[in-house]
Amino acid sequence: MSSMKDLRKMFGGGTSAGRQFGMIFTLIGILLFFQVWTKGLTLSPGNLINVVSQQSYILVLAVGMVLVIIAGHIDLSVGSVAAFVGIAVALLMKNQDLPWPAAVLVGLLMGALIGAWQGFWVAFVGVPAFIVTLAGMLIFRGANQFLGKSTSLSVNADYQKFVGSGYLPTVGPDTGYNNLTLLIGLALFLAIAWREIRLRQVQAELGSEMAPMWVSAAKLVMLGAIIAYASLLFANGRPGTSFPISGLILAVLVIIYSYLARNTIIGRNVYAVGGNVNAARLSGVNTRRTNFLVMMNMGMLAGLAGMIFVARSGASGPGDGVGWELDAIAAVFIGGAAISGGVGTVVGSIVGGLVMAVLNNGLALKGIGFERVQIIKGLVLLVAVALDVHNKNQGRPSITGLLTSKFRPGPGPAQALVEQPTEVAAGSEQPRG
Amino acid sequence: MRDHPTILEMRSITKEFPGVKALADVNLSVRAGDIHAICGENGAGKSTLMKVLSGVYPHGTYSGEIHYQGAEVQFKGIRSSEAAGIVIIHQELALVPTLSITENIYLGNEPGRGGRIDWKAAKLGAMELLARVGLRDNPDTLIKDIGVGKQQLVEIAKALSKSVKLLILDEPTAALNKADSEHLLDLIAGLKSKGVTSIMISHKLNEIEQVADAITILRDGLTIETIDVRADGVNEDRIIRGMVGRSMERRFPEHTPQIGEVFFEVRNFVVQDPQSPDRLVCKNSSLYVRRGEIVGIAGLMGAGRTELAMSIFGRSYGTFVSGQIFKDGKEIRVRSVMDAIAHGLAYVSEDRKVLGLNLLDDIKRSVVSAKLSKISKGQIVDFAKDTSIAEKYRKSLRIKTPTVDEGVNKLSGGNQQKVVLAKWMFTDPDLLILDEPTRGIDVGAKFEIYGIIQQLAAQGKGVIIISSELPELLGLTDRIYTVFEGAITDDIPTSEAEPEMLMKSMTSIKKRVAK
Repeated sequence: MSSMKDLRKMFGGGTSAGRQFGMIFTLIGILLFFQVWTKGLTLSPGNLINVVSQQSYILVLAVGMVLVIIAGHIDLSVGSVAAFVGIAVALLMKNQDLPWPAAVLVGLLMGALIGAWQGFWVAFVGVPAFIVTLAGMLIFRGANQFLGKSTSLSVNADYQKFVGSGYLPTVGPDTGYNNLTLLIGLALFLAIAWREIRLRQVQAELGSEMAPMWVSAAKLVMLGAIIAYASLLFANGRPGTSFPISGLILAVLVIIYSYLARNTIIGRNVYAVGGNVNAARLSGVNTRRTNFLVMMNMGMLAGLAGMIFVARSGASGPGDGVGWELDAIAAVFIGGAAISGGVGTVVGSIVGGLVMAVLNNGLALKGIGFERVQIIKGLVLLVAVALDVHNKNQGRPSITGLLTSKFRPGPGPAQALVEQPTEVAAGSEQPRG
Repeated sequence: MRDHPTILEMRSITKEFPGVKALADVNLSVRAGDIHAICGENGAGKSTLMKVLSGVYPHGTYSGEIHYQGAEVQFKGIRSSEAAGIVIIHQELALVPTLSITENIYLGNEPGRGGRIDWKAAKLGAMELLARVGLRDNPDTLIKDIGVGKQQLVEIAKALSKSVKLLILDEPTAALNKADSEHLLDLIAGLKSKGVTSIMISHKLNEIEQVADAITILRDGLTIETIDVRADGVNEDRIIRGMVGRSMERRFPEHTPQIGEVFFEVRNFVVQDPQSPDRLVCKNSSLYVRRGEIVGIAGLMGAGRTELAMSIFGRSYGTFVSGQIFKDGKEIRVRSVMDAIAHGLAYVSEDRKVLGLNLLDDIKRSVVSAKLSKISKGQIVDFAKDTSIAEKYRKSLRIKTPTVDEGVNKLSGGNQQKVVLAKWMFTDPDLLILDEPTRGIDVGAKFEIYGIIQQLAAQGKGVIIISSELPELLGLTDRIYTVFEGAITDDIPTSEAEPEMLMKSMTSIKKRVAK
């Protein structure tokens, strides 16, 4: 069984990395399924570019939401906050003639302030985040309609062009592909390869168990193939199109927040607070500050999502952002976060969001009506979390734990039952009066 | 002793909570390099004293002085006591189950620079610390995937990572099985040879006898004595005498028991801990109750008293493995709380505010809540009846309230407890199991509750009382079972029982020598 064990290491050796890879396989499976079903439409450059730019704002929300959920809270207000910041920024650009980069900065600041307001109630007053953000959902929806007088407002054309429908520019020799997209793909692959090599070096230094070379090599070849295929697709769109700017913003956020969640004290404190708030407090973690920052960050990212959306749609309206919070929350839970807090990853949530996005897109391509798409999405969410709960009862980590469970040896219930009679016997030897 | 200067001196520490003086002029002096045990009954003030020492109760919330390493210290919080090298390991482990061993060891104390964690340093450090505590697990393992024994070792590794000089362990072996306890005690002894001073709170007197260099006994928030084990030696009897030696006045109503036949019997109950199946909370426990009898269950916290009672009451605790329940000579099936109530069992829980009462309800609704079917036709509850029923109990139990429409949260502890008793009396039980029925209740109300219990017994019902207070059991019961580590260790008629003897059975599995 040692080769099984080695294979398992390919997916990160049983820690959170393993779950992410399980999710990625689910995503690839769904993609291939729709690719066949839609006769090649799903994985066409135009469609993929569409999916990314359509979903990027939801995924930006998911990045913030996963931290909120890991800390053991929820944020229902993100759709309203996004709409409020969206209309405010549109107004600033229109009425105050503010150049759009300045307006975007103001928008981020507004989002952060709104998040700080909600964080204050959650962290320092102790009102449950569910209530605070339910209130926020009403407050900022109303604020959006108050500012915009319940009508739509078009946004600055430059802004729309750059953020909303912008792509990586065409540079360098004419290769028939978008060179910059290819270069980014290459850089991504090199970064992953470097990480793998570093990981092996550190493992060797620490003398910890490590996967055989062929496993690492196979992993890199596989990921390399996926990245190469994806970047060729994105680089081969209609002339003038390539990887969308909104997708690029998302990618940068994912890298920053993954690092923050995994490698910084503030990030790990979020996990500790969600996992066991009393233990965190007794270990000297500033739990209030952690909760405050998590909510504030969510507000800022909600503002960003709103701004990306108005750039894409060209206008900010009174009904923007309705239901976004639910899409973001669904993405996070499909991505393996636990309702009780303490568990979840940024990348997992992105993959969870992409699973939903691909479902949406594939079903739409087949001409299946929105009403049925909603039913299917609802069922997918339910099944994903039901598997998660089931696995937790079995002492396994998450939905994706199940997907990789074949690779997980370890004591099952049967083993525990075998040990039981000896314990009973030992107990019966205890003297009694 | 010349090699052992005093590392810690706590002088006349007094700590008051609203209405209670938890510590009164307590003194504690600990020599460097010792393992210093603190003994006392539940509620004697042991944990409070350690929380004062470790800054959980910061300077200013207590009176008295703490001298540590020759200077007076005034800790503002856990962080400042830790900076001085005093680390406390709480009874409830302070670990995050969803994080790895490495992360838990360094939680709140992460190595790295500028907010970035240096994982390599953390992992190297964790591996070294794990080796020191004799744990060979991968430091990336999540806490929830290791057993409670190993978790305790991780706690110690965490303490070591803070360069601990004085380690405080609050009931470190309470949740551990024998092998894990042995390992832990060896480890503490090993730390001693490395110059770490330990203060250990424990109910397990055999363990204290095994490792302690000095023992301080607390009782009712007072220092009773400090025994220098190295100079004077010690045995369990000596400790027990200090723990229970209070004067006993008559605090119980007069009552002549009328005891009938055995009507309720539990045979060979085996129940697993819900979290770790390899730990049994009931080890083949058997007991019986006669009509009109008041039976006591004596045991220290964590001995498995509540677990036993709740397991009998419809398997509401742990994982049931095997065992039978007989009533009036016939085996009965008690698989759920509904079954238990239907068979005339009632369990009045230890924590009335969490498990016993819905604090938002008023008195009349609370009284009828455990058996609504009694005042219902089909599914329709006839709430016209509850007022008169509650009124009846208000009079007979003397619940002090203007009306039964009052919310139960407005009542005092003693009156709340009477409402809980009324609630279960309304179900017409044949057997009442009362878990700590007088905890947190003043003396006057206690006397009344004792009277109610005796009345119930006089009506031919069986009563089981779980209590941490030995005088209460000795004054009220007809017979006493002692429980230690999930096993019933003795069964003594109260007329023959003495506190020392009970305490001995409550702290060891040694069988009482027959007279």
